Amino acid sequence: MAEESQMDRRSFLSWFGMAWLAFAAATTGALSIVLRALFPNVVFEPPTSFKAGLPADYEIGTVDERWKEKYGVWMIRTPEGIYALATICTHLGCTPNWLAAENKFKCPCHGSGFYKTGINFEGPAPRPLERYRIALAEDGQILVDKSRKFQQEKGEWNNPESFLNL
Amino acid sequence: MNSVSSPVTIFTGAIAVYFLFITFPRQLTSPRAALAILGLGLAFFGIGLTDGHFRKIVTTPDNVPIVGMLFVFGYFTWFAMRKAVANDIRMEKGEPTVEKLETDEKVLVFPYLIFIEFVIALVYAVGLVLWSIFLKAPLEEPANPTVSPNPSKAPWYFLGLQEMLVYFDPWIAGVLLPTLIILGLCAIPYLDRDPSTSGFYSFKGRKAVISVYLFGFWILWILLIIVGTFLRGPNWNFFGPFEVWDVHKVVPLVNVNLSDLIFIKGLSRGLPKQWFIREAPGILLVLFYLAVPPAILAKTVFKEAYKKLGAARYGFLVMLLLLMCALPIKMYLRWAFNLKYLVAIPEFFFNI
Repeated sequence: MAEESQMDRRSFLSWFGMAWLAFAAATTGALSIVLRALFPNVVFEPPTSFKAGLPADYEIGTVDERWKEKYGVWMIRTPEGIYALATICTHLGCTPNWLAAENKFKCPCHGSGFYKTGINFEGPAPRPLERYRIALAEDGQILVDKSRKFQQEKGEWNNPESFLNL
Repeated sequence: MNSVSSPVTIFTGAIAVYFLFITFPRQLTSPRAALAILGLGLAFFGIGLTDGHFRKIVTTPDNVPIVGMLFVFGYFTWFAMRKAVANDIRMEKGEPTVEKLETDEKVLVFPYLIFIEFVIALVYAVGLVLWSIFLKAPLEEPANPTVSPNPSKAPWYFLGLQEMLVYFDPWIAGVLLPTLIILGLCAIPYLDRDPSTSGFYSFKGRKAVISVYLFGFWILWILLIIVGTFLRGPNWNFFGPFEVWDVHKVVPLVNVNLSDLIFIKGLSRGLPKQWFIREAPGILLVLFYLAVPPAILAKTVFKEAYKKLGAARYGFLVMLLLLMCALPIKMYLRWAFNLKYLVAIPEFFFNI
């Protein structure tokens, strides 16, 4: 039978402290790797601005849905000009549908309704749809810049950049 | 049938049935009445199934368990109320309650209760396996952020929340009210501290508490799930149970705020520029709603409760009650007057 070695209190505590330190270091290391994984190596972000063709491509009085799927933008041509509406419901962020027969945007999630201008008039949406910055590029094409938003309730629709006069 | 099932009639009808039930629990839980109600429910489904559209909605894999849940809900409400009523009758005669008659001793949770729960868990596990075999969950196309299905429906247990979101701003319907529901449920044991009716079923001994709970459960939970599942169609419009879900159904729902009603329609002038003048009537109305009824109730209907609970407990309880009633009140205001907000301050994102 081997003799049982008696450890004194001081060395026990120092071993104990080292064990805790090692444990804390290992945990921190593992956690830091987990945190690193939260930041992807490659991020696919579609460009925030795009060229939307020539003004002549858009028919006066219609809501054009050709960029809805790709960029989340409705182009609306009026006799005075053209503006770009965001396809994000201001209630909780679903994508509304354009109902041509009723002449309104209608959200399928909670029933918010918007006029062609983007003004909310029914359902729970608290404010109008947002407009994006719109301008003419040098080659005559329309340039839509999604990084700048214009909100009607802040009076930003008076900003000339929110509406392209033609 | 479709025209009968407008939201106003459905809610008014459900609230009427609720009051009938808590007024005449003895008559309505008698086996004969219960069987008649069950028969009516089954007959409604039987006749309804002959309608193609009704059949399609009811037999959608997502909706089948909800139909089942309605019958289970009816059964358990009946079962508990029946036991409570039986005890009430016995106590009126001066007899001991059924639970006391069975045994006066306390029973250990383990193994008695755990064993029953284990068996039930097994039954449910088998049921879930069978359910997943026979009712396939549909696998749909990959998610696309630019396409929202029409109608977009939350899981069934969130349909009440989704319905609330139609009437209140997201921060109220999605954050404030759910928090209050959880807080209110946590607070029940601290608000209702009367031990004289614990340990057995009784309706008479806990009339107020059970009534309030049933109102929340029936009207604000079950009924909202029914509405959300069966009566909300494309574009979140209201559809009757036998009405085909037409994507192009036009429902004029132009909403007005209280400030519009008062200043533009009532006083026929423009809206004041400053928000605090514009919204003063609404703010006063909300404050009135939260302050005056508690005071009146404390002097009249809830006099006993006020004495028993004390000011702080009573205030908390009444506040929970008022906020619970705020949902049906706002729903009626929306349906009847197309009222959007009582207080609308988009400047601060503060709309009530």
